Amino acid sequence: MATHPGGLTAAPAVRITSLVREFAGRRVLDELDLEIAPDEFVALIGRSGSGKSTLLRVLADIDREVTGYAELTAPENVSVVFQDARLLPWKRVVDNVALGLPGPGAVERARTALAEVGLAGREAAWPVELSGGEQQRVALARSLVREPELLLADEPFGALDALTRLRMHALLRRLCARHRPAVLLVTHDVDEAIALADRVVVLDDGRIAADLRVELPAPRRPGTASYAALRDRLLTLLGLDPALDGLPEEDGFPEPPDGRGGSTEASATRPEPAREARA
Amino acid sequence: MSTEVSGRAAPAAEAAPRPPGAGDGRPRQAPPRRRRGRRLGPGRPIPFAWAIGPLLLLAIWSVGSAAGWIDERNLSAPWDVLATARELIEDGRLQEHLAASTERALTGLVFGVGIGLLLALVAGLSRLGEGIIDGPVQIKRSIPSLALIPLLILWFGIGESMKVITITLGVLVPIYIHTHHGLRSIDSRYVELAETLRLSRRGFLRHVVLPGALPGFLLGLRFAVTSAWLSLVVVEQVNATSGIGYMMELARTYGQTDVILVGLVVYGLLGLISDGLVRLAQRKALTWQRTLAD
Repeated sequence: MATHPGGLTAAPAVRITSLVREFAGRRVLDELDLEIAPDEFVALIGRSGSGKSTLLRVLADIDREVTGYAELTAPENVSVVFQDARLLPWKRVVDNVALGLPGPGAVERARTALAEVGLAGREAAWPVELSGGEQQRVALARSLVREPELLLADEPFGALDALTRLRMHALLRRLCARHRPAVLLVTHDVDEAIALADRVVVLDDGRIAADLRVELPAPRRPGTASYAALRDRLLTLLGLDPALDGLPEEDGFPEPPDGRGGSTEASATRPEPAREARA
Repeated sequence: MSTEVSGRAAPAAEAAPRPPGAGDGRPRQAPPRRRRGRRLGPGRPIPFAWAIGPLLLLAIWSVGSAAGWIDERNLSAPWDVLATARELIEDGRLQEHLAASTERALTGLVFGVGIGLLLALVAGLSRLGEGIIDGPVQIKRSIPSLALIPLLILWFGIGESMKVITITLGVLVPIYIHTHHGLRSIDSRYVELAETLRLSRRGFLRHVVLPGALPGFLLGLRFAVTSAWLSLVVVEQVNATSGIGYMMELARTYGQTDVILVGLVVYGLLGLISDGLVRLAQRKALTWQRTLAD
């Protein structure tokens, strides 16, 4: 996850200007501008209905009815991780990863990718035999084996339990550091955004309401003051009052009763990379 | 265990423990509570469960014949049927008729499956194809193929082609209906996935469409096989000179219930075996599914 102090001097992986997408006359994306540098990790947060997924679908080229744009540049090699793992149930895990891979050695590359996400030995399993977290790891392998220049992820961990999610964060961070794609991660989870991204973009009503660089020291612990300040700022931008007690439930992570302690999350995050690395 | 239960049920009564027999107000004891999780699936499979019903029928038939409750002229005894079957096999007549019948059924099945599958694919993959094909097949579906026999006789005569066409028409409909439904119910999310993976049209057909429609097709095949034998029975009684149905028709004119029964048993076995084969194919092809049947 390299940060790009001068990111705009290099040719960006994604450049969008004045993107408009209407659904039955309603503007979901309203003259939106966005740039993503190569190997930059951008998290896109926003309330539901703010247009996050719409933007992702435009970039994934599965939206056939874009209303208009001035410029829309995205790499040729784009890969998508959906919220559901979306594995073909009638294909074994390794064939799901190799699906549509050109050339000989596709299966061999799929095996390597599976080993990378810690699923060596499960190549011949059927998708129904895997847990939700394992299925999502297969989906990650399927995306990364294509060596994408742009990885699009639409709330990829939204359906997972909190512990598995933390484990997946560590895995994704590790994989992105190795493969260095540009990443656009759509999420509604502020902590997820801060934990993973170089930049957090807040989408509101089809426009970018804020574009913040995350400049926190490497282990981003929820306990630190700078983390808390950024989190509060993002929550405020999402229209929530960070002082409210009920907030943490919104993003799926129950906090310790004393509010800002966060020590349980920090201790849960720390051992994860080691566990995944061993797998 | 029991103190735990009473403690939970009446925490206020903790200070004054009651004697064990005094808990009349609470009829539930600890052990029955465990059994409240009810199994909703059909339970573990019984070995050879499929044989229970047929064997029971056979037993009733045997006992009825032996005890003389069943008139020989209405229904021959199982052993008489068996003896007749042996005779028919020894002089080669049964094999001859069986071969003729099987050939008819198989030809009709092959044509019906091929045409039904083709129509389903065209209708399932293009809106125009669906507009052209779906209506007529649905109309055909509401007309029993056997009701078409008079018309088919007028068009194709009473020869072999009429018989095969009747079977084909009966087979085509279930294949079409179930395959088409299978195709249509493929999750649109998989189509989206195929698009993001940049699958070619051919790759999409091969990896997504065909395997996705396979469960529907195999279900249709089960109905189709049954339908093929059913049509066979009827067409073989229309001016045939060979086949199990002809053999039975002939036996009727001589009042040989034992030969008729041999024919019935053969028909039954054919149906059973072919359905078993399709089910075997289903199990082999659909190992990725976890269903109640497993």
